[in-house]
Amino acid sequence: MAMLEVKDLNVYYGVIQAIKGVSFSVDEGEVIALIGANGAGKTTILHTVTGLVAPKSGSIIFEGKVITKVPAHKIVSLGMAHVPEGRRVFAQLSVLQNLKMGAFTRKDKDEVEHTLEAVYRRFPRLEERRNQLAGTLSGGEQQMLAMGRALMSKPRIILMDEPSMGLSPILVDEIFDIIRSVSAGGTTVLLVEQNAKKALGIADRAYVLETGTIVKEGVASQLLEDDAIRKAYLGE
Amino acid sequence: MKFLSYLINGISLGSVYAIIALGYTMVYGIAKMLNFAHGDVIMVGAYAAFACIMNASLPPYAAVLVAIVVCTVLGVLIETVAYRPLLSAASSLAVLITAIGVSYFLQNVVLLIFGANAKSFQSVVSLPNLKLADGALNISGVTIVTVISCILIMLALTAFISRTKTGQAMLAVSEDKGAAQLMGINVNGTIAVTFAIGSGLAAIAGVLLCSAYPSLSPYTGSMPGIKAFTAAVFGGIGSIPGAFLGGLLLGIIEILAKGYISTELSDAIVFSVLIIILLVKPTGLLGRKMQEKV
Repeated sequence: MAMLEVKDLNVYYGVIQAIKGVSFSVDEGEVIALIGANGAGKTTILHTVTGLVAPKSGSIIFEGKVITKVPAHKIVSLGMAHVPEGRRVFAQLSVLQNLKMGAFTRKDKDEVEHTLEAVYRRFPRLEERRNQLAGTLSGGEQQMLAMGRALMSKPRIILMDEPSMGLSPILVDEIFDIIRSVSAGGTTVLLVEQNAKKALGIADRAYVLETGTIVKEGVASQLLEDDAIRKAYLGE
Repeated sequence: MKFLSYLINGISLGSVYAIIALGYTMVYGIAKMLNFAHGDVIMVGAYAAFACIMNASLPPYAAVLVAIVVCTVLGVLIETVAYRPLLSAASSLAVLITAIGVSYFLQNVVLLIFGANAKSFQSVVSLPNLKLADGALNISGVTIVTVISCILIMLALTAFISRTKTGQAMLAVSEDKGAAQLMGINVNGTIAVTFAIGSGLAAIAGVLLCSAYPSLSPYTGSMPGIKAFTAAVFGGIGSIPGAFLGGLLLGIIEILAKGYISTELSDAIVFSVLIIILLVKPTGLLGRKMQEKV
């Protein structure tokens, strides 16, 4: 059984249909990429999965539980974390306060300290800057903070929206290395990216989205070889 | 000595403005709306205490507690019934106009129940006056209680926000509602708590205000409400220390203007100072520069 299953999802913004009958599934331990151009509906899908946007129809099932109508603030305690597009760190709070915000719903205080240490091990720069305001971090550091914040909830699945956006090529490599190691640590990853080459490089499977519908799906390494994909998304 | 006496009165009035301004600034910081009915919640609080003392013969401290409970419930009710359905609406003007509507609604309900005649409010403070410098400086018990209350409220609120989970949730919601939800924070609940706290404080402000200036009518809350809103903007709306500072300064300026220049012109002077400050520093004294999101 799939860990996360989205069935026949339809989402509207007013009269405009943003998502048209999208279905996909994520198995435990996988890295799944949703790729597609700007405006294809990738972010909308993630927002719908975590309850920030309500779908008109369709269902979202996470670990056997229908979560279609579960409000956004109750999603994270189910074991699903969302790293939103544009990082959206709390700029006026310190790095440490941001990380603690990620563990907001957790009651196990001692365990939270362990998770914090683990996050610091993964992102040593966040520890160095723990008392600095998040708004003063560089883009790459903010991305790391957003990821660290999501990991603070100890999620079983992590949804990442455009983690490479606006970063220099070196930082993009670093971020993708981190995603790989998060996955190796046992967390399932659903990744939304415009950088199709990078995303397909680390994903197990991928779905290609065009104007709200899935036009192609398959094993990531095969999609990398697909002529149409190369032309449309890899600029070759 | 005259100056000192004016200054103390100014601090006392300013403390009341500060307590009211906290309600404005917290609600603005967290729900991003201007609750123009806040001044009338003060008036409802004062009437609640008045009714408890006059009709139910409750002791003053019990009357204050009842007033706090009444206003807290009222604040949450106003938020859920009148504002929440509109907060997601496209236009923030809709909420603003609703707030003005709620303001008139409260005034008229009280008018209906208690009538238009001003009531003589019996002070809840029975502390004797403090006479200093051989009686040249006379500080009333109400003044002492008001200033101490304001300081205690300020300290308690600061501790609440930095030490409690709900306080942290407020910080997160004030910055980014969507990201706060992703952290597992109940945004609507947090906004309701903010209204509850702001309205409870309004009750305290109402009782203190009417203890110092004992005439109570359905319109008692409007002018202090507007002044406190001004104080919140003056200090930097959204900033809690700003509301405190803005309230105190506004009260001091008002009393000094009344004492040394002219009673009639005092409000004009107060608002002129506001205009000048905002021209020089548009975000207010302690206001943060708004960051444009990219």
